Amino acid sequence: MKILVAVKRVIDYNAKVRVKADNSDVDLNNTKMAINPFCEIAVEEAIRLKEAGSADEVIVVSVGPKACQEQIRTALALGADRGIQIETDDIPESLNVAKLLAQVVKNEEPGLVLLGKQAIDSDNNQTGQMLSALLGMPQATFASELTLKDGKVQVAREIDGGSQTLSLSLPAVITADLRLNEPRYASLPNIMKAKRKPLTVTTPETLGVELKTHSTLIKVTPPVERSAGILVNSVDELVEKLKNQANVI
Amino acid sequence: MPEYKAPLRDMSFVLNEVLDAERHYQNLPGCEEATPDMVAAIMEEGAKFSERVLSPLNQVGDQQGCTWNDGVVTTPDGFKEAYQQFVEGGWPSLAHETEWGGQGLPESLGIVLNEMVGTANWSWSMYPGLSHGAMNTLDAHGTDEQKETYLTKLISGEWTGTMCLTEPHCGTDLGMLRTKAEPQADGSYKISGTKIFISAGEHDMADNIIHIVLARLPDAPAGTKGISLFIVPKHLPDALNESNGVSCGSLEHKMGIHGNSTCVMNFDGATGYLIGTANKGLNCMFTFMNTARLGTALQGLAHAEWGFQNSLAYAKDRLQMRALNGPAYPDKAADPIIVHPEVRKMLLTQKAFAEAGRAMIYYCAQLVDKVKLCEGDEKKDADALLAFLTPIAKAFLTEVGFESANHGLQIFGGHGYIAEWGMEQNVRDSRISMLYEGTTQIQALDLLGRKVLMTQGEALKGFTKIMHKFCQTEADNSEMQAFTQPLAALNKEWGELTMNVGMKAMQNRDEVGAASVDYLMYSGYIVLGYFWARMAKVAQEKLALGEGDTAFYQAKLTTATFYFQRILPRTRSLVETMQSGADNLMSMDQEHFSF
Repeated sequence: MKILVAVKRVIDYNAKVRVKADNSDVDLNNTKMAINPFCEIAVEEAIRLKEAGSADEVIVVSVGPKACQEQIRTALALGADRGIQIETDDIPESLNVAKLLAQVVKNEEPGLVLLGKQAIDSDNNQTGQMLSALLGMPQATFASELTLKDGKVQVAREIDGGSQTLSLSLPAVITADLRLNEPRYASLPNIMKAKRKPLTVTTPETLGVELKTHSTLIKVTPPVERSAGILVNSVDELVEKLKNQANVI
Repeated sequence: MPEYKAPLRDMSFVLNEVLDAERHYQNLPGCEEATPDMVAAIMEEGAKFSERVLSPLNQVGDQQGCTWNDGVVTTPDGFKEAYQQFVEGGWPSLAHETEWGGQGLPESLGIVLNEMVGTANWSWSMYPGLSHGAMNTLDAHGTDEQKETYLTKLISGEWTGTMCLTEPHCGTDLGMLRTKAEPQADGSYKISGTKIFISAGEHDMADNIIHIVLARLPDAPAGTKGISLFIVPKHLPDALNESNGVSCGSLEHKMGIHGNSTCVMNFDGATGYLIGTANKGLNCMFTFMNTARLGTALQGLAHAEWGFQNSLAYAKDRLQMRALNGPAYPDKAADPIIVHPEVRKMLLTQKAFAEAGRAMIYYCAQLVDKVKLCEGDEKKDADALLAFLTPIAKAFLTEVGFESANHGLQIFGGHGYIAEWGMEQNVRDSRISMLYEGTTQIQALDLLGRKVLMTQGEALKGFTKIMHKFCQTEADNSEMQAFTQPLAALNKEWGELTMNVGMKAMQNRDEVGAASVDYLMYSGYIVLGYFWARMAKVAQEKLALGEGDTAFYQAKLTTATFYFQRILPRTRSLVETMQSGADNLMSMDQEHFSF
């Protein structure tokens, strides 16, 4: 069985996010980029399945400019077998990404498609769900445990009230939550091997997908800085200010 | 809790923008693998490991230390597991030959990894660090059979290694050593004697420990010409469950680096095997002495960087008093202490030493690559330059590393003296770096006596020529004048002072000793000045290109200016003391010292 994992290049979770002076977007110039943490968990899960003998090949796909090959190489260094970059100028919207991935899934015919539940930059939480709809495959989102058994996959999902366990027939689309596993560190020999693993580049045109824009980014502003508090002399004064100044009671 | 973040931006600035690592590696035979993307991936992963696995163990190591129980040494909680992860990651194999299981990457890349590992947790880093020394010895002088048996296991990290030189009565003066090696009928030797201060001599992190031991054959000439080098394993490879007569008698109780086991090692007729030629042991050791000393120079950088990162965070956070020109943050209870000039001076001093120290060490590491992999003049020149720069790097960078660690503590005020902040540990840990691998005073004698004066100043000229060329090239660059003019003047003065000391030394050898440490420190300030000038030049070019990262390059220029105005003038007082002669030290009657 093949496993296909989608990864996204995002701003490193440790990096300080800066907003461009004209508020048009987040400033990514000279900012440290990394593989989206949820995608990394998805990669780790795929590699573990391969190590357990449940899969033969792990394919990593990313959509974006050439720079996203770095993240594909990172996944290859963790143990994935080959990579596919779908070259685009910018990172397209979720639906476009889902359509592109759907085409790759049709070409590669994996038994399992793993994604992160969401990317930490735009926090959309859409691609996995859209992909399963486009492919007509069963989906299990927010996976915290995954077991392959008798041609089915059993998934424990994180839900508000606790955990829900689903059994899905294969092929299926699964998105990873934080508790699914703890990704390993890439080993030095694997980092060096990653360079020699195949990485093919394709385009939306080749895949026959037309990229469309459905939404426009109007403005990005940083969170308002917390201003200093004031000291009040009595409870009465506090109540008065809450009522008349803050208008909260 | 103190933290460490690998300064990847600055490391890549030095590697790629200042030292053009891409071209360096392309020109090195066998290093084609070290492409920029590969180097970046290795740095990234090394940073993760250092920050997440090693850094949290740094304080644990200090508080728990190593424990000894009837010859068995236990390392602090987590050390063993971290080592296991390090081995699984394949990191010990980085700079070793592929023939024996290494990854065949250049030594200079190993230094970059060691910087992160060592800054995160120096005590821990010494375990793989000592193995590296043993590996280099085997690599350079071992037979293929010895390499097959021992080197492969050291490269995989399965076993660790040590270097056993020091004995109770001899440290610096190895000619006095007494450990005996008795030849046996089967070609092996029985090694007997006591070695002290053996870092990583005994521990619970690996199944076997390979000691590289200096000892004397029965018919050996006295002094340094009668020392041979032996492999003495803790367990013989064909008897891994039996003792080979090697035991740890006790652990030293030390000022710092508590996480590292510093052992008294007893060899009681232990079986050993000769490496290299009999009686040429010291020569064998010296083949990679420069690399080893560079490893200690790195410790200076490590403690400066660590102290800087943590005291910077504190200086921005600690609210106390107001800025002298009135409140900088009127809405806060007080201003953060970073508003004060004297706090900034301490921060900038640490920053200036750490960043230029990094440039100097990476530069020297590239010379190590050339010595190892190039041929002919290129190898010869690199070797001469490295020989000259090594004592400066080792002694100067550890001296200013200690100074920086102290500044880091000072910025914390009284809290710096309290263990939980980690700043006093940083000072204690850094102190050893000026002692082992040759004290500052020994390095100074090596620099001025052996390297400079014995070559009639040729070794010095090798470097001053490089500086001269740099100043010449920038002569018409008005923005660089603030750096190149003082540098050119110092370059000239450096030669003159060397001549003066050399002349005096012809009458009295004590003049060399009396000038030596001042001379070394003086040289160190100039060398770092040269690297600051080079970094300033790159920063100016990048700013002119306007491709972004303006704040980073601006900070480089500001730090360079600080260095030239606040640190480099320290050379003035050194010139005076250096020239004051031996008399003020030697004229006092030995008996008068007690009055």
